[in-house]
Amino acid sequence: MTGSTAKGASTATAGTRAGVARMLPSPKDNLAAGAGTYVDDRLHSANFLKRGLDKVFPDHWSFMLGEIVLYSFIILLLSGTFLTFFFVPSQAEVIYNGSYVNLRGVPMSEAMSSTLDISFDVRGGLLMRQIHHWAALLFIAAMAVHLFRIFFTGAFRKPREANWVIGVTLIVLGLLEGFAGYSLPDDLLSGTGLRIAQGIILAIPIAGPYASYIVFGGEFPGDDFIPRLYTVHVLLIPGILLALITVHLMMIWFQKHTQFPGPGRTEQNVVGYPLFPVYTAKAGGFFFVVFGVTAALGALAQINPIWLYGPYDPAQVSAGSQPDWYIGFLDGALRVMPNWEFWIGNLPISLNVLIPALVMPGIIFTAMALYPFIEQFATDDNREHHLLDRPRNQPTRTGIGVMGITFYTLLWINGGNDIIADFFNLSINAITWTIRVTCILLPPLAFWITRRICLGLQRRDLEKLLHGRETGQVKRMPSGEFIEVHAPIAAEERAVLASHRTERPFELPVMEDANGIRRPHRRIAGVRARLSRFYFADQVEMPTQEELRALEHHDGHRTDQVEHQVEQRELSRGSGQQ
Amino acid sequence: MSEHPEGGARAFQPEGQHQQPAYEPPETVTDPAVQGLIADPHEEASRRIIEGEHSHGPRQTDVDPRAAKRAERQVAALFAVSALATVGFVLAYVLIDLDSITSLAWSNRLLGATLALSLFCIGAGAIHWAKKLMGDDEYVQARHELRSTAEEREDFVDSFRRGTDDSGFTRRSLIRRSLIGAMALLPINAVILLWDLAEEKPGGPGGLRETLWGPGVPIVAAVTGEHVRPEDLSIGALVNAEPENLEEIPEGPPRLNALADSAIILVRMEPAEIVSQQGPDWDYQGILAFSKICTHVGCPISLYEQETHHLLCPCHQSTYDLADSARVVFGPAARSLPQLAITVDEGGYLVARQDFAALVGPSTWEPP
Repeated sequence: MTGSTAKGASTATAGTRAGVARMLPSPKDNLAAGAGTYVDDRLHSANFLKRGLDKVFPDHWSFMLGEIVLYSFIILLLSGTFLTFFFVPSQAEVIYNGSYVNLRGVPMSEAMSSTLDISFDVRGGLLMRQIHHWAALLFIAAMAVHLFRIFFTGAFRKPREANWVIGVTLIVLGLLEGFAGYSLPDDLLSGTGLRIAQGIILAIPIAGPYASYIVFGGEFPGDDFIPRLYTVHVLLIPGILLALITVHLMMIWFQKHTQFPGPGRTEQNVVGYPLFPVYTAKAGGFFFVVFGVTAALGALAQINPIWLYGPYDPAQVSAGSQPDWYIGFLDGALRVMPNWEFWIGNLPISLNVLIPALVMPGIIFTAMALYPFIEQFATDDNREHHLLDRPRNQPTRTGIGVMGITFYTLLWINGGNDIIADFFNLSINAITWTIRVTCILLPPLAFWITRRICLGLQRRDLEKLLHGRETGQVKRMPSGEFIEVHAPIAAEERAVLASHRTERPFELPVMEDANGIRRPHRRIAGVRARLSRFYFADQVEMPTQEELRALEHHDGHRTDQVEHQVEQRELSRGSGQQ
Repeated sequence: MSEHPEGGARAFQPEGQHQQPAYEPPETVTDPAVQGLIADPHEEASRRIIEGEHSHGPRQTDVDPRAAKRAERQVAALFAVSALATVGFVLAYVLIDLDSITSLAWSNRLLGATLALSLFCIGAGAIHWAKKLMGDDEYVQARHELRSTAEEREDFVDSFRRGTDDSGFTRRSLIRRSLIGAMALLPINAVILLWDLAEEKPGGPGGLRETLWGPGVPIVAAVTGEHVRPEDLSIGALVNAEPENLEEIPEGPPRLNALADSAIILVRMEPAEIVSQQGPDWDYQGILAFSKICTHVGCPISLYEQETHHLLCPCHQSTYDLADSARVVFGPAARSLPQLAITVDEGGYLVARQDFAALVGPSTWEPP
């Protein structure tokens, strides 16, 4: 026992020494070694920590999107904690008597009054409020863009499906947390948002009125909701977010980060820079950059000036009221929906509210969460994937993603239809009707166009792989023939292009053997075959591994032969398709 | 693959019958320069530096000691700016009192700017340091197959089976079923506790159906609190109003609750322009009273167009034609705004004749 501890300690010392010696050639080595020994004596941590320091992370700008999410979450925890020291989550009425002269003597809730105090009477209070709000907008925006990156590059594929589901859960919770947060000050704008939320709850058949009374403690607005929402906003949801983010990161650590294709990058390795020191400096530094940027926003860009809105009054509303950006698509969906409602006795079925506010987001987020499994089923792909797809190489998936973004964006635009109507002097009815039609027609069109663009880009990649890059130079040969000069592409680009494999649609197996015995699960196989054709029927034929090797060796005749062969194959596919 | 077309049948297979290899052959390595560097994924120490044509080439700071020194000074300068900004933050905190809106604005700007600078410069310095002075060589590290070996899986299944056999969980169905049943009921405890979050119940008095309006309840203007005479309203006017008895309700949440379903609007138009009403002669000389609460999701409605008598909800643009029983002419709302029947009392002031006949606010089920 003693022997093994001593051995572990000495390894730690040696390891730390070697590691530090490269970085900081200074006598402080002894201190680091001492600390390492102290910890290792107690936790047997040398090997674990060494592997942590050495861990390699691949480099790409899009890998920073998730970092922004993490950092803005930390900023939210820090700034939010500061705000809790001053905020009073109470709907008890007080007469405002603070520094903001225009509202002096106005009755309002303690929540509103204390938020005004944070803004006008606490040094740095307004700054922290604004940093908190900006960081919240950034948190959700970065989550959305991070999601796009994961989706379009196929980073959700095996073995990372569970992490994708956690990610989708984080987004839903993030939306709820954001809505809860901006509802807390109990100002006119946030109160209007709550009234809408209560209207949505009321629309739930049968359970609606009970749910509303449970949530609000009785009639709307009541005096229970803000304190309850406060607990949800500062404890319940952040606690779940923190737990899920931790699991999310642990899984990234354990499964190792995905990487884009490139020279020397395979499914079996990770190519990049070590955690210590390069990523410690880059990622750690990036945290301060993100924090600095939100602080600059808090200093210079006003956000949520509740003193201009005034306290909540259920009989007042201002025109042009807009929620935070991430709620916009739900508001736009409520606006775009036709007024379908029918009654069974005195029970209303308010499709005009239920579909846009509950059914539609329910379907969207469920479909998002299930997407990896749907694609896995359709493509019959059970391999591990650590090399990312280039979006063009998965035209169907990319098309589905663009389709979703198009739908979302149209709803989001409609969330501001009154602003647009006012600004461009258009009829609001015309805008709403336009969105009603386009939100059905445009997404499939976007899918189709995106898929065609992807296939076009694939063809261009194939061209480059076979003939090299076009130089724009035309040469006349001694024979009088004109040829276009192509230059070979760089090894890096070549490795990227060559990483694309043509996927084959799932072939329907034999359904009945010679003895007339029908195979089990025939219907599932049929569904899979159809879905698989949907994914892979249109694909550019890439050269095989062997052909690639032949192309690389540049032995004139064989190369020409292979080029011809590949082109013929692609051409014949093209004609077969039409 | 074709032997197993069914989905989802890829559960744990300890006997090691994989339909596909968990790893593809390393076909993406087409480059002989790199091929040799890919270590055996099962070998622990597998870090190599990619050299030669794949490194980015030496940086200025790698070859020129003066450039390196310059970069070092730049990094240190950024850290120094951060330190100065922190001093500035303290000064801004101590020196600027919040005694006017102007000083608040300056306090916010200076505190924010110094905080931003102190944070940003640390970040920028660290990143500059990493990019210019830290190692620029990429490393290759092997991934380890995530699946365990067939033996490990078998061992796991053995252990699990030993446990289930020992407990008799599969064999003793009485225990298993009663446990599952009891566990399934447990969440009821949590759910039932939430019931009393509702301090009143929707069916009770003052619930969804009832408002403060009733026979003879005087109408007062929302801003002034004064009684309204018909002659106070000109043709085309819209006035926000509320019941007089709202004043009797304690200020704060109780009054807001009452206001949330009692707020009304009064409009006056030429009696001849009125196409229809929700009840016979519910107007008074062309003065109509409607609930101010949108029947879609409950926003207070406010935008009135005199010419068309259209009333628009600013939240989701439901549009009501007030001359025609306040029916919905556009937008997501399905029901008309409930009309309040009005008349005048002996003093000549507008009063309600009865409570609303229809449900005020969003459509919902009314519990018995």
